[in-house]
Amino acid sequence: MDKLSQTGLTHRLGLIAGALALVVGTTAISASAAQRDPAYAAARSSGQIGEQVDGYLGIVAGGGADIRRMVEDLNIKRKAVYAQKAQEQQATVEDYAFTSGCLLISQTVPGEKYQAPDGSWKTRTTAPPIRDSRCP
Amino acid sequence: MAGCISVSAPDKPIVIELNINIKQEVVYRLAADAENTIEENAGIF
Repeated sequence: MDKLSQTGLTHRLGLIAGALALVVGTTAISASAAQRDPAYAAARSSGQIGEQVDGYLGIVAGGGADIRRMVEDLNIKRKAVYAQKAQEQQATVEDYAFTSGCLLISQTVPGEKYQAPDGSWKTRTTAPPIRDSRCP
Repeated sequence: MAGCISVSAPDKPIVIELNINIKQEVVYRLAADAENTIEENAGIF
């Protein structure tokens, strides 16, 4: 193989590797959203429920019995995880949950609801969310 | 003596609020672990 076609091959391989990395990257981003139950995902994106400052989900407005049950169920599961991890880290459940709340509010996507430090519900835009001053 | 500033001891004990600083320190310490926890339990977050 002459030098010129070898360079061409290397270039093509680079492009293929780049394209593969792009596909893998895209899959990784949507993985967490894909793991959510469809009803949960729908309630989030429609703004019926939002991320609270304390690390738990809250109902923004109205919300039927099914939504309330779902939020309660997810919050119980969250609390169990927070409690276990807090113990491992020798922290209180409240502090672990609050820290998670900071991160979860940051991770909301435009259109989703989150709670501002004053307790009011905000709709996430492309701008950074308003968070507690103690958030990392 | 009129015009003098009078300073009297407060009748309540002076409380120094340290909670905010301590909490921030804890939050910073927990942040990395909490991030992993959220990733590992994506279905409920």
